[in-house]
Amino acid sequence: MSAAGLSAADVNAAVPFVPDEGGPAPVRIVVGFGFWIFLISDIVMFSAFFAAYAVLVGNTAGGPSGMQLFDLRNVAVETACLLLSSFSCGLASIGAGARRTGMFQAAMAVTAVLGAAFLTLEIREFGGLVARGAGPGRSAFLSAFFALVGCHGLHVSAGLLWLLTMMAQVWAKGFREDILRRMLCFSLFWHALDIIWVALFTVVYLMGTTP
Amino acid sequence: MFGKLSWAAVPLDQPLPMMASGAVALAILGVLAWVVVRGHAPYLWREWITSVDHKRIGVMYTLLALVMLLRGFADALMMRSQQALALHSGGYLPPEHYDQVFSAHGTVMIFFVAMPFMIGLMNFVVPLQLGVRDVAFPTLNSVGFWLTATGALLVNISLGIGEFARTGWLPYPPLSELTYSPGVGVDYYCWAVQISGVGTLLSGINLVTTILKVRAPGMTYLRMPMFCWTALASNLLIVAAFPILTATLAMLLLDRYLGFHFFTNEAGGNMMMFMNLIWAWGHPEVYILVLPAFGVFSEVISTFAQKPLFGYRSMVLATMAICVLSFMVWLHHFFTMGAGANVNAVFGIATTVIAVPTGVKIFNWLFTMYGGRLRYDSPMLWAVAFMTTFVVGGMTGVLMAVPPADFVLHNSLFLVAHFHNVIIGGVLFGAFAGYTYWFPKAFGFRLHEGWGKAAFGFWVAGFYTAFMPLYVLGLMGMTRRLQHYDVAAWRPPLLVAAGGAALILIGIGCQIAQLVVSIRGREALRDATGDPWNGRTLEWATASPPPAFNFATLPRVGGTDAHWRAKQQVGNVNPGAGAGGAGAKGEAMEYQDIDMPRNSPTGVVSAFFATVMGFALIWHIWWMAALGFAGAYGTFVIFAWRDRSEDRIPAEEVARLDRTARRGPEMAPDEPARAVRA
Repeated sequence: MSAAGLSAADVNAAVPFVPDEGGPAPVRIVVGFGFWIFLISDIVMFSAFFAAYAVLVGNTAGGPSGMQLFDLRNVAVETACLLLSSFSCGLASIGAGARRTGMFQAAMAVTAVLGAAFLTLEIREFGGLVARGAGPGRSAFLSAFFALVGCHGLHVSAGLLWLLTMMAQVWAKGFREDILRRMLCFSLFWHALDIIWVALFTVVYLMGTTP
Repeated sequence: MFGKLSWAAVPLDQPLPMMASGAVALAILGVLAWVVVRGHAPYLWREWITSVDHKRIGVMYTLLALVMLLRGFADALMMRSQQALALHSGGYLPPEHYDQVFSAHGTVMIFFVAMPFMIGLMNFVVPLQLGVRDVAFPTLNSVGFWLTATGALLVNISLGIGEFARTGWLPYPPLSELTYSPGVGVDYYCWAVQISGVGTLLSGINLVTTILKVRAPGMTYLRMPMFCWTALASNLLIVAAFPILTATLAMLLLDRYLGFHFFTNEAGGNMMMFMNLIWAWGHPEVYILVLPAFGVFSEVISTFAQKPLFGYRSMVLATMAICVLSFMVWLHHFFTMGAGANVNAVFGIATTVIAVPTGVKIFNWLFTMYGGRLRYDSPMLWAVAFMTTFVVGGMTGVLMAVPPADFVLHNSLFLVAHFHNVIIGGVLFGAFAGYTYWFPKAFGFRLHEGWGKAAFGFWVAGFYTAFMPLYVLGLMGMTRRLQHYDVAAWRPPLLVAAGGAALILIGIGCQIAQLVVSIRGREALRDATGDPWNGRTLEWATASPPPAFNFATLPRVGGTDAHWRAKQQVGNVNPGAGAGGAGAKGEAMEYQDIDMPRNSPTGVVSAFFATVMGFALIWHIWWMAALGFAGAYGTFVIFAWRDRSEDRIPAEEVARLDRTARRGPEMAPDEPARAVRA
């Protein structure tokens, strides 16, 4: 081959220049897109827990069912906390976009408080169930319930850890470009947890208490 | 203080595991000592262990796969020899050890050989083929690799401390539940697979994003090389399937650690849900492995036939069809569960449907070869052996997709022969073809062809000798995983199969010899052109090994087979141009500063903490698990805190490196691509 040793430059020489022909996307797009892919995979994981719950929901093994256990008022407060925290998370994103540190930190703090309140309510619910002898070891239904709701709770906990890290980062480093990208991912994550909660609260709590 | 861990966990009374773990420990210590004494440690740390370069990470994945292949193959030899001996007797492996051997063999071969081999090839090749400088998330890539290595390490630790699972490579409950497997074996399995599974998921996210968002200008979807398409399909499957595995093993772990009842026999648990969930991951997993191999063969066959791939668009369509269909057939792994005739029929038909796009691919490869100027270098030999072998394996698969036939063949050696037929004949042959094909790109010299052909011969002969008897044994009624048996008629085929394993051993010996001979004789095997096979795609349009930034200027792509087109056009416009012409153009080229991601120890450090955490969880050492988690979290925070994430390579340096790389061919003989024959 006489053309041995060809390089990218020669590839270019052989191709007429066409403007607007793409090329690598900007970093912000790449990061956001990649995080969406992660969220999809996370939702697939939740769907496995949802499927397990759907299979096992009737297997109470002589123990209590959802109808006897779930307290919708508690769940309503939890839902309110989480949905409001999504709103304040949105405000934090706006604050970050406008480079307003005060607004960002305040909104993030509110998000953290609401998230922590949600977690507290959930832990209290779990504790109450275990105290009544309706822990995850009681029946397959309760195993699936604790795993599904607990998995969401673990995500919220991880989200809180991430949230506090973001606040510290902005406090220490300011609105640097990479930190803004992380903030984009964080807010996607936090909103996704909301979406999962909506599904969870419908499938587990509403359908579980509908006769 | 140390949970379940005590000196009793070290099997001092069993010579075989002690010898094996002793050999592994000695090998690791020997390599470490050699590295330190020869002063290679700083170089390895700087250039490899902390590297976020996709090419280096790809090479490390492949190396991990090759090393673990030796471990998995040692298990295979033990099984074949045990069954050759164990007529009317106990053989030399007691049942509790034999059960660990077959479980470890499957686990190692799938998770720590086939997966890292394929992910390694994809990592190395995909960005080069797309004509870009890096993957989307370089540091994440490094984390993914090191987490995979953590999983492999945990499996090997189980050799010397404790035990491995005795449940088979998929821990079916209720056997894998605490009641029936009270030891740490299943926990070793679960945590090793969970941690490496996270690594695989990260790698999948990274490669999907790279292929969809980071491509050279003009590299539209339908101009991407076939290997990129199969890599895309494979990584989409990783993203969609691995979370199911994570969830399923998490449920099993909850059963074992916290007394949950997902899959137990009591309190309403449903063990068949485990089969459904694990195979909802497990069947796509088969295609995660084999699709990239299909990609390798597409590249190899069109390169060595010196023709464009026949039916490129139908190939793309077939790949994506397999990608979707692979999620719709999981139930064929347990037709015997008793889901009913109609359900079985639906899944049986869905399974046979997959043979259609696969058949399209086989015909496309054949038509690519037809009328081509064929060269039979060893990558092409693997490809031809693949086509014949894989068709046999595919046919037996379609046979078992018929539920009534499956009721006879389920869990027999016929099944074992079938999946080895497609995994060795498809995935492993593909991995070897890719390894031989891209080795010169990675290191700048070729693998010794003579030893390569010898390895090929022994492997193919060994494969047929080892596995064809297993089909016969399956039809004779022998089930899988037997530690001993009393049917004298099974003995002769088992002896033949053991002989086949010995032939494969010689094949592996040839591969080791090939690597040693090639490294020692690398000057004679040197490829100065960067394009030793007269390639068609963009990875051949840069030096071998490529510079850290891959391409001095990003290529612009005008169609499929971009590099081949360029060679044709340069040849037409200015016959005899080549190196001189390129050099001349090089002078006039405009170089720009290139920002490349900085190396980072994040991957290896977080994997260290993951190892600590995994080990602690296996042995119920809770404080140590908390420490491991805190360490991993701290590592990420420190990573997030860094102020410089990229290093700038100035334009003059890029220009200097590029000119040096281009000057190479002028000094080489006239026909450098073909001149150096081993």
